[in-house]
Amino acid sequence: MAIPAKLQEHIETLAMFPDRQERIDMLIGMGEEYKNFSPSDVVRDESCKVPGCESEVFLATEPLGEGLRYKFAVDNPQGISAMALAQILDTGLSGAPLSEVAQVPEEIVFDIFGRELSMGKSLGLTNMVKMVKAVAQASR
Amino acid sequence: MSTLEAAQNSVEEKGLNPNKLVSTEWLAEHLNDENLVLIESNEDPLLYSQGHIPGAYEVDWTRDLNDPLRRDYLQVEAFSALLSRIGYTPNSTVVLYGDKNNWWATYALWVFELFGVTNTRILDGGRIKWQKDGRAFTREIPTAKNSGFTATNRDDATVRAFRDDVLKHIEKNGKLIDVRSPEEFNGTRLHMEAYPNEGALRGGHIPGAKSVPWAKAVNPEDGTFKSIDELKALYEGEAGLDSGSETVVYCRIGERSSHTWFVLKYLLGYGNVRNYDGSWTEWGNLVGVPIER
Repeated sequence: MAIPAKLQEHIETLAMFPDRQERIDMLIGMGEEYKNFSPSDVVRDESCKVPGCESEVFLATEPLGEGLRYKFAVDNPQGISAMALAQILDTGLSGAPLSEVAQVPEEIVFDIFGRELSMGKSLGLTNMVKMVKAVAQASR
Repeated sequence: MSTLEAAQNSVEEKGLNPNKLVSTEWLAEHLNDENLVLIESNEDPLLYSQGHIPGAYEVDWTRDLNDPLRRDYLQVEAFSALLSRIGYTPNSTVVLYGDKNNWWATYALWVFELFGVTNTRILDGGRIKWQKDGRAFTREIPTAKNSGFTATNRDDATVRAFRDDVLKHIEKNGKLIDVRSPEEFNGTRLHMEAYPNEGALRGGHIPGAKSVPWAKAVNPEDGTFKSIDELKALYEGEAGLDSGSETVVYCRIGERSSHTWFVLKYLLGYGNVRNYDGSWTEWGNLVGVPIER
C-alpha cells in the first residue's frame, strides 16, 4: 500500500541528500520547526506514552480531514531526533486516510535517519511510528 | 585557591578523582587551552550538529570506533587517523562528554584506552549538566591541523576481557558485575525494557555476577556521578567488590558496562577491571557455558 503522499514527499526530499551531514542538517531544521504541545493539548499519561523512547514522548490525536491529527509532546530539550520525527509524522500523516496510516512501514525510520542508529535510538523512533499506526488502526 | 582549582571543587568535594573527572566549571575555564582536545560522543546522531560545546569534535560510536565489518573495534591505522584528524598529540588532554549520562563518552574513553591513550577525562554530567548550567553551545565545527599522530597497537589484554578470560575468571570465583536491568539479570527478560531482543537465546547472568545497573552511579537530575561515599556504598557495601580483586563488568554489548568500568577503575581506583564487550549477546548464545538465574 502506498505511503501517504505528504510523508512520501518528506522521504523523497531526504533521499535527495545522500551526504550524511546534509541530511542531519535537514533533520535538525525539521526538529526546530517542531513546537511542543502543552499538557492541556497532549496529556502526559502512561497510556499515551511512547514505549522505549528516552525522550519522554506522548501522543494525542484529534479528528482531521480523512483521519486524525497526530500531536506528539516531546519534553526532553535534547530530544532533537524525536522532535524531528514528531514534525515529520504530524505534517506527513495528519489528515491522511486511516487505512493508509495504519499500513505505513516502520522501516521509514531508517529511510529518514539512515542506518547508523543505536538499538535504543532506533527503537524509540520506531515506536513513535508504531504508536501512530496503532492509533490509526484502532480508529478505523 | 586559584579560580581553576576552585572550578574543580564540585568534583573534589565528592571525593572523586580530579585527574579523570572535570566539572563544567573547570571546562569553561579551560576551553581555550592549547592542549585541550574536547570530544562529544552521543547516542543521538543529531545532537552534535544541533549544538555542542565550543571547540568540541564529534566522535561517532558507529562510524569512528567500530570495525565496519566484523564485531570488533577499529584497528590502529583508523584510530591514528581519527586522533590525527582532531589534532591530538601526546601533549593533549582529552576531555570527553556526551548525552545519556556520558554513556557513550565513557565507551569512547574505554576504546581510547585500548590504544594506550589514557590522558583522558570525563566531563561530570556531560551535555545535560552543561545545558542545565545555562552554558553556550555552538554549531561551529572546529578544524584541527592534522597532527600526524601514530597510535600504538591495540592492547586487548589490560582493560578488555574475552569469553575465555571470563570462563577462567568464574572458575576462580572472580568478581563480576552485571550492569543490565534486574529483569535482564534474573532472566525474565532477554533484553532492555521495550528493546527488541538482540538475539540472545538464553536469559540470566554469568555465574557469580552481582547486579548493579550502571545508572545507579549517576545522579539522575543532572547526570553527574555520585560521591565517593555513595559509590563505595553501592559497589563495595552492596556488591561486595574491593579494589584489590580482579573484576570483570559486562552488559549486553559492552557499552553500558564501559560506564561502570570507568567508575570502578578511575573513580574508585580499582587496579584490575576489565570490560567484557562480548557481554550477554555473546554469552547468552554460547553453547555449553554456565548460566545462573
